[in-house]
Order: sequence, then C-alpha cells, then structure tokens
Amino acid sequence: MKLPIYLDYNATTPVDPKVVEAMMPYFTESFGNAASRNHSFGWQVEKVVDDARELIGNLIGAGGKEIVFTSGATESDNLAILGVAEFYKKKGTHIISSPIEHKAVIDPCNALEQKGYEITFLDVDKHGCIDLKQLEDSIREDTILVSLMAGNNEIGTLNPIREIGQITRNKGVLFHTDATQGVGKIPIDVEEMNIDLLSMTAHKFYGPKGIGALYVRRKKPRVRLSPIMFGGGHERGMRSGTLNVPGIVGFAKALELSVEEMASEAERLTGLRQRLLDRLNSELDYIFLNGHPTDRLPNNLNVSFGYVEGESLMMGVNELAVSSGSACTSASLEPSYVLRALGVGDDLAHSSIRFGMGRFTTVEEIDYVAEKMIAAVKRLREMSPLYEMVKDGVDLSTVQWTSH
Amino acid sequence: MAYSEKVIDHYNDPKNVGSLDKNDENTGTGLVGAPECGDVMKLQIQVNPDTNEIVDAKFKTFGCGSAIASSSLATEWVKGKSIDEAMSIKNTEIVEELSLPPVKIHCSVLAEDAIKAAISDYRKRSEG
Repeated sequence: MKLPIYLDYNATTPVDPKVVEAMMPYFTESFGNAASRNHSFGWQVEKVVDDARELIGNLIGAGGKEIVFTSGATESDNLAILGVAEFYKKKGTHIISSPIEHKAVIDPCNALEQKGYEITFLDVDKHGCIDLKQLEDSIREDTILVSLMAGNNEIGTLNPIREIGQITRNKGVLFHTDATQGVGKIPIDVEEMNIDLLSMTAHKFYGPKGIGALYVRRKKPRVRLSPIMFGGGHERGMRSGTLNVPGIVGFAKALELSVEEMASEAERLTGLRQRLLDRLNSELDYIFLNGHPTDRLPNNLNVSFGYVEGESLMMGVNELAVSSGSACTSASLEPSYVLRALGVGDDLAHSSIRFGMGRFTTVEEIDYVAEKMIAAVKRLREMSPLYEMVKDGVDLSTVQWTSH
Repeated sequence: MAYSEKVIDHYNDPKNVGSLDKNDENTGTGLVGAPECGDVMKLQIQVNPDTNEIVDAKFKTFGCGSAIASSSLATEWVKGKSIDEAMSIKNTEIVEELSLPPVKIHCSVLAEDAIKAAISDYRKRSEG
C-alpha cells in the first residue's frame, strides 16, 4: 500500500492511463483547429470532435448536437444560468435553486439578483433533501429556470432528478442540473429525466481538467441561451473559443470507461463507504453522518467527529488526503455553508471530514484509513475540553462561552 | 496550509495535557472560546499561595493545530512564573515563538485570554 492515500475523489480524480493514451495524438500529430474548414488538419479533428460529441451525448441519453464544450463545470453552470436568464428575461425573471448548490450555481444566481432577478432558494432538510411540494408551489408564471444539482459535492445527497424533471416539464419551466458529481457515477438520461440543461466536467470521472460540457436540449423544448463569451461563434454561437481537442477526446474516453463500469463500481464503492462508516462507528462515540444515509453518491462519506476540530484531525492523519468542512482549512473563518444549511451546528461543522472514494481505492486502504482516523480522534479527544465536559455530564448548550 | 516546525512539535507532543482539580482552592481555571468558533481552550494553573508562583499548569484544547500549540506553549511558559509575570505574557510573543501566520493569530489571542482567565479565577477564589 502506497502512502499518502488519496481519499478526495469528490475534488478531482487522476486521469486514467487509457484516457491519456487516447489523447496523445491530438497534441502533436493531429493538432489542427477543429474550426479550420480549409484543410485536412481541420477536417480531421472536426470529425474526431463530432465523434466524441456523439459518444458523450449518447452516454447521457442526448444527441451529439446538444453538447456544448466548455472549460469545466463552473463555466457550464454560469452559461446555463446566466445564458437562460438573459435570453428569457422578457418571459420572466424568477429562478429557483437551493442553498446547498455549488458556488458556481449560487454565485451567478446572486449576481442576477443584483440585476433585478428574483431567486428562490428552496429549503433543505437535515439530510440536504428538498421538498418536491415546495418546489412545485414555488413555480410561478414568471419562473424561467429551476437549477438543482444531481449529487452534492460535500455531503453526497442525491436530488430526485426524475421527479424534479416531471414537475418542471409539467409546469413548462426549464430544468438545469449541475451533474458534476453525478455523471459517470449514477445513471443519468436527460430524455427519461426531462433534463433541459446539464453541467459536467471530465476531471471528476478520470478525465483531464479544463474540459467540460453543457448539455443544451434541442427539441421538446428547444432551449435557447445567450452566450457569456463572444468571439468566433463556435459551438453554434453558444460558446466561442477554439475547441480543446485532446481534452474533448479524453472527456469522451473517460466517460465511456466510467459508464461501462458504473454499476459494478457503484456497488463496490458503496461497500467501501459502508465499511469505513461501520469501522468508525464500532470504535468511536459521537459520530454523525452528514447527508442522506442511503440516497447519496456511492463514493462519498461525510462524517462529523464530535468534540474534535477538523483541521487538527487532518493534521493527525497527514498521510491521508481528505477534506474538511472546518473553517480553519480555508481563509474564510466560516464553516461549510452546506452543513449550515442542513442545520448542522457550527461546532459539528468544524468537526466534519469528507472521504471521497474512487476507482483506485482498495479495502486495504479503507481499513488503514479507519484505523488512523480512530487513533487520531481518540488522541485529540484526550485533549478536548469539550469531550471531557460531555463525559462529565455537562450540557454544552448551557455553558456560557466567550466568543472571540 | 504549511505549519511551522514548532507548531508540529507541540501538536505531535503536546506539553501538559490534562486537568487539575478545579475545586482545589490553589488552582485557577480559564475556559475561553466557543465550540461554534472552532476553538475552546481550558487552561488551569496551580499556585503556591505563599510565593504566588505557578507550580503546575495543564490544558485541554478543542481547535486547530495552532490552537493546540499555542495552549501547549502557554502552559510551558506560565510554569515557574509568578502570577504577575504570567499576567504579562503577550499573544505576540506566542505568535513569534510559533511563527503563526496571520490567519492563526486568533489562536494566540485565545491562549493569552486563557492565561488571564485562569489567573483571574484563581484570584477570585483565593480571595473569596
């Protein structure tokens, strides 16, 4: 077993060697610009790009012409939200989203609010689930878009995409889903699920960084977008900029591989996730699972270790690459907004660790991770005044704390 | 974030972790910070009432590595000092000793507050 152990697959993934191999010719030999219409260098890669487009489209139940390549999911989210908002502003200026979306969705929504749009952020329950009835009731005459993610990047909770798509279709409102964490991990079919716009990025499923796509429905209904980048009119005018041919080839190959093994991989990862949680629970008290117990991404486990601060915990397991919702890991001094929206207390938000498992995670690694986490938590609880107080029967909510 | 070697040393081998009997009239307990803020320090001192010397100090800290290191260092520094000398320990000295970056200065402030809170608790109880 090699150290350090990478357990941050929700942040990014290594590129599969087969993907690198597929990409290689398009850096040096077939380096043409796909928009060059006058010579074979251009024609050759145009064909390659179209094949990749077709493949990617088919893997999510769409057509190739409905795929707009971007630099990644952040751009796709921005294009979907800002592009729809601008194009349909005469129809309406109301958008519905949720408080636990990625910042790439929340921030464009907030920017639109400054320009006079109205945004409804739906409530989420303690598991991060929305209420479909509230969604339905929130849709108004002037609602132009509902944007709700497939799977949450921090806590793993899945949205009922199919049900949401049913509601938006019945109400005649466009539905965008940020499926950054879902594509390649859970079954997605834009046709069956009535998705109108879908964001994805290759590096979350063993493809390269810097290449993503926005699926834009072409019929029933035909979705229109105003571009947010202007230039050569690439991607049918929706996204100007020379196409990243090696990236696109890698994207298609990576998605093909991921979808091929999706069912077996999901089962394997769910098993590893449960094994890790069971191990932790068998040795430690005051452990809290963040996110939905079962309706979650197969590869995501998010746990708060009560009375232990997240950053000090990560410091104690420095041969493990995990992520923390603690404020101390960033310069913001605010703990995770996602955990806050779930009603997780700030004390437990500071104690949260996200484990992201993936293709190269082994049982042996999971057992090692569990052992190291347990040892670190026990050691830190030995020096935790909060753990001592709780063990002495003190109710921490009754203590007069001095904030600073 | 990269930690200084001294922070890592204190984190890996913290000095004076533990608790003193808070009901002993010669001890003082300072509990500062709040769980919601991600830092809580409990610092305790044991004082020789004849000499006003701090003869022992213990801490327990919920917080990041820098918070643990700051409180560990604080207990080391107060030991052997008179309570007046300990009162004059400044957070900036802790920052310097541990090479704390700007985002971690609040950890040193908390450690200074913890020392002062422990001394004030001792004074209150020894007078009362």
